[in-house]
Amino acid sequence: MFESLTLSALPAEDESLRNPVRALVRDLLGERPLAQRARSWMGFDPSFSQALGKAGYLGLTLPTRYGGGGRGPFARFVVIEEMLRVGAPVAAHCIADRQSAPLILNYGTEAQRAAYLPRIARGEIFFCIGMSEPGAGSDLASVRSRAVRSGEDWILNGSKIWTTYAHHDQYMIALVRTSGASGDRRAGLSQLIVDLSAPGIRIRPITDLTGDQHFCEVFFDDVRLGPDALVGAEGAGWDQVIAELAFERSGPERIYSSVTLLDAWISHLRRAGRFSDSSARLAGSFLAQLATLRELSLAVTASLARGESPVLEASVVKDLGTTFEQSIPTCIADDLGAHPDEPPDRELYLTLMYLTHIAPSFSLRGGTREILRGIIARGLGLR
Amino acid sequence: MSTPDNELLEPFERLLGEISATTRLRDIERGGSVEPVWEPLLESGFLDALTATEHGGAGLDFAQIGALLQAAGRRLLPVPFGETLVARALLAGAGIAPPDRPIVLVTRSAENAWQRAVPLAKVAGYALIETDEQLFLRTLPQSSLRDVGIAASLAADVHWPSTAEVASAPSPLPAGAFRSTTAAVHAAHIAGAAEQVLKLTVAHAGQRVQFGKPIAQAQAIQQQLAVMAEHTVMARMAAQIGCSGGFPPSAATAAVAKLVCSSAVPQLTAIAHAVHGAIGISEEHDLQLFVRRLHEWRLADGPESYWALRLGTQYLQGNCSSSIDFAREMRQTGDTTC
Repeated sequence: MFESLTLSALPAEDESLRNPVRALVRDLLGERPLAQRARSWMGFDPSFSQALGKAGYLGLTLPTRYGGGGRGPFARFVVIEEMLRVGAPVAAHCIADRQSAPLILNYGTEAQRAAYLPRIARGEIFFCIGMSEPGAGSDLASVRSRAVRSGEDWILNGSKIWTTYAHHDQYMIALVRTSGASGDRRAGLSQLIVDLSAPGIRIRPITDLTGDQHFCEVFFDDVRLGPDALVGAEGAGWDQVIAELAFERSGPERIYSSVTLLDAWISHLRRAGRFSDSSARLAGSFLAQLATLRELSLAVTASLARGESPVLEASVVKDLGTTFEQSIPTCIADDLGAHPDEPPDRELYLTLMYLTHIAPSFSLRGGTREILRGIIARGLGLR
Repeated sequence: MSTPDNELLEPFERLLGEISATTRLRDIERGGSVEPVWEPLLESGFLDALTATEHGGAGLDFAQIGALLQAAGRRLLPVPFGETLVARALLAGAGIAPPDRPIVLVTRSAENAWQRAVPLAKVAGYALIETDEQLFLRTLPQSSLRDVGIAASLAADVHWPSTAEVASAPSPLPAGAFRSTTAAVHAAHIAGAAEQVLKLTVAHAGQRVQFGKPIAQAQAIQQQLAVMAEHTVMARMAAQIGCSGGFPPSAATAAVAKLVCSSAVPQLTAIAHAVHGAIGISEEHDLQLFVRRLHEWRLADGPESYWALRLGTQYLQGNCSSSIDFAREMRQTGDTTC
């Protein structure tokens, strides 16, 4: 069962990227406050993304003829791991790098590849994911946004919600209905590349409970898109989205969201000189889980590297990984609170509370816990 | 799993299929002879899988052994396979001819003459006893064994002063290597047995009809079985890590393996029991064979908290500032300087 989730080695040529990436990130970012580093996956910094692109660390999985690195998923794993290790701001480029670019590479026309991929690899254009709608969350097949033909063009109406950084990105890849009605479910859905500067698009940022603005509501009012907006086959949107989700659910960002807090808490314990049994046990437990989850994430990476689409395996790893990420602020809060004479400094407290508040999103974004477990149950032959 | 592993694993699993049916396990647990399992196993050569080729063994690395250990766990092999295999490799390396009986590994403790609940000690003929500098091969007379008093258990308390010396040799191992070794062995057994319990439970959910349909169709059951599958996957990966860094496993890799596998046991078995209902509590159903052994392995050589404390203390006392770097180094070198 889940045979591909087995120990695999990170190839030496990919591992060799680590030190140069680490040095570059240190040079580019320097020292930053802990609470800012905790926002790694949510940190939007176009100049940082462009610097990474210039150094050749974006689009690593893309062929060199499209400006990519001509390498594979392992190389990308090393780079992402280094980013998350220090909490680098990766939000600007990470969606395109992770899933939009592979989608365009796999399903796009030659013209689309040439138009988008080199700019993605340079860190010049950023993408957001147009899946969720007000009436379509876990039930993704019930999307109502609709594109109809007008001559060669498409006219798009509807809306998307919880679209991360739509207000800063240039493009969205939207899952929309191009035929049939919402009762037709998976049939009649297509993916369109939407230029977010097109007339008729209104984007409203939504403030989250931490006070940050990352996700948005996006309204389409008779938005005219060219014939080349369609990516992949008309009506094949559902299958394409499922393949895309294997990329979205498999990465190390699904296990490392709280890692800056974990490392800062350990520094706090060392400063306080407190190696109590309960804290040491908690630290040991986190380390063992992290070490195991990292190998599971690498196993999914190996599967991607073999050209497979590990939808099921990625679901297993994402559910395990996000459960781990969520347990970190919960358990650390209890440990810190149990020692009132060793109060955490302000930065550690801010980081703890930020992650405590945002952690529920870890098991919502990219497919909820319950949806993932349903996928796993299907993998077990139960549905 | 890579091809070389499969080449070993398939014949081993075939052998286990022939010798380790649950009917035979039940017979041995009731005091029946272990010979129908032991003799073919000894003859097969698999007990010398870790023994160096120059000493007549197969000279496999510990990672390959790990796959065999998981298979032994899946079939609840009622002899101390992993322990014997390790003991035979060490004895052969020391120039001592290994005895033809099962061997358990015991750590001599100054504080405590008893090692509690050593898995499968009842069917063992010998103990290999580790001190800081020496290895002692000793027989296990009846006076050295105390029944743990648990129905059908093959574990026994071992009173090491009552064992009788056969041979000794300087230990080639770092101090504490036996505990790390048995932890890695039992972690692999847990991972294997967990897979089998998952299969049993999924099959039961597909057959058991309530409210007019198989309970496998109930979303509440599906979600629980998915969680069980996740724990199984996690345990298997941790077990692989435990065996990945060569022999003997370091305290760090053993800790990762035993901590993750041990902590999976209560969660896995709770779901298995919940899905099976009352039948899973009965002696008649095979589930109990697995559950009893899983709990025994969880506690043997320290459960999750024991290894969490060791790993966490070691890490806190060091100066590694990145938990990711710890994980990476442990995987690359099989140990940690963190």
